[in-house]
Amino acid sequence: MANVLVNAPKTAKKGEVVELKALIMHVMETGYRPGTNGHIIPRNIIQDFTATWNGREIFRMKMSPAIAANPFVSFSAVASESGTIAFRWSGDEGFVAEHQVAITVT
Amino acid sequence: MTARRPERSEAKSRDLFVRRQKTGPSAALGATVGRRSFLAGAVTVVPFVAHATPDALAAVIKEVTGGAPLREGKVTLDVPPLVENGNAVPLTVKVDSPMTTDDHVKAIHVFNEKNPQPHVFNAWLSPANGQARVATRIKLADSQKVVAVAETSKGEFWSAHTDVIVTIAACIEDVT
Amino acid sequence: MRGLASAAVLLAVFAGSLALAQGDGRRSGYQDMSPALQKMQDDDTANPAMLFVQAGETLWNEKAGTAGKSCADCHNDATASMKGVAARYPAVAGETGKPVDLEGRINLCRTNRQQAPALAAESDDLLALSAYVALQSRGQPIAPPNDVQLAALRAKGAEIYKQRQGQLNLSCANCHDDNPEKKLAGATIPQGHPTGYPIYRLEWQALGSLKRRLRNCVVGLRAEAWPYDASEYLALESYLMERARGMAMDAPAVRP
Repeated sequence: MANVLVNAPKTAKKGEVVELKALIMHVMETGYRPGTNGHIIPRNIIQDFTATWNGREIFRMKMSPAIAANPFVSFSAVASESGTIAFRWSGDEGFVAEHQVAITVT
Repeated sequence: MTARRPERSEAKSRDLFVRRQKTGPSAALGATVGRRSFLAGAVTVVPFVAHATPDALAAVIKEVTGGAPLREGKVTLDVPPLVENGNAVPLTVKVDSPMTTDDHVKAIHVFNEKNPQPHVFNAWLSPANGQARVATRIKLADSQKVVAVAETSKGEFWSAHTDVIVTIAACIEDVT
Repeated sequence: MRGLASAAVLLAVFAGSLALAQGDGRRSGYQDMSPALQKMQDDDTANPAMLFVQAGETLWNEKAGTAGKSCADCHNDATASMKGVAARYPAVAGETGKPVDLEGRINLCRTNRQQAPALAAESDDLLALSAYVALQSRGQPIAPPNDVQLAALRAKGAEIYKQRQGQLNLSCANCHDDNPEKKLAGATIPQGHPTGYPIYRLEWQALGSLKRRLRNCVVGLRAEAWPYDASEYLALESYLMERARGMAMDAPAVRP
């Protein structure tokens, strides 16, 4: 289970624009750094990050090696309905992480 | 009367407080390698890696716009002008857009000028976001220009760019 | 609700840092950072160190060793029992009667109480636990205990601090006492108070201990770093904490 820190409001008013923040522990090895033996350390990054609200995509991001280690993303979403906001990260070496939060929209 | 000689330690320490120039292939690999070679006082042999150039930057922007005109405006690219470490530079892109079905930002693309490759990130948005805003932390290998391009549902491309000066920490560990 | 909670946290840390502008001239490394990095540290929902704190909280509650005990089994809720603890280390450990730093204390609990193997230096688990414990001292004034052994250790630390070393032939004091707030190759020289450890150092892109940072300093001087278990580190840490007595802790901090 990947180490993930997600920040989303537990409740919101319908139509309110809320801030969603997601932080995940990942080395984000660029593939350009030489290691102790002088050989390049192979790339190991998260490439794709998506967020869905009750299954509908609300945000998608393609990360490059230029994204800092332990990637942090913050974006906005309109509180449409109560349900589940799901986050998914995937990348090199078969890396996949998922996290869900519940939100009540009144 | 004999001139007073500066205290030995003072003279030595003054020589050290100089700005390093970053040049050559090692600079292309990013601050880390060039800095280690410099501070180690030894020549570190590293493989040469091609890096992004202003031409490569123009090319990737063209890939996104397909040659359509790039207008300056509507996009706010918020990056500190001077950063203490290029490993994690906070960056926020905001686009002035009503984010309605008829008029919204479809995508935000961010590029760089001097990292080993020109991409930073691409983000896809829709009216479901309410605000066209993405914040993240990026790596910058050297002082350079960062460019953000916003693509709207009307087929327009708006952009903003900023110059960032990247400094680095003085005392680091030697992992070589 | 969340907004209030995080605002309260931000205010607490900010107030803590304001308190650091003590008028006695001492400044924490936080004050020498750019506003962007201060913001990264202040926001618990964005501070990368909080990933380690989260892992530390999990470990705190996890049973370990042949004794099958978790930290919580003896120490209960860390937010209460660990309050102010990190601000008092290095201290003399009851079991050994010898001075030990926070990581050493955690490992004494591991080996003596949990009957579990000690955690490796700079390992994720040890850093996570020390980050979680150090967080509980946020805003607390650094309060090294009084003890004759610690006094002797601090005196040794003070000597090392003032001793020139390495190819650059500089002492800690040359930069951190004589030239703080000036620039060294573009970077601001801090006074070097250990208010924020363990820190998420952007240079490491990871969390690390004070010992790791001190090794960076020594390597920066082009001196050979003392072995990891050398007593020099504990002496320096003890001296630095004494030198920072009264300053507010802001662990786990972000530093460039």
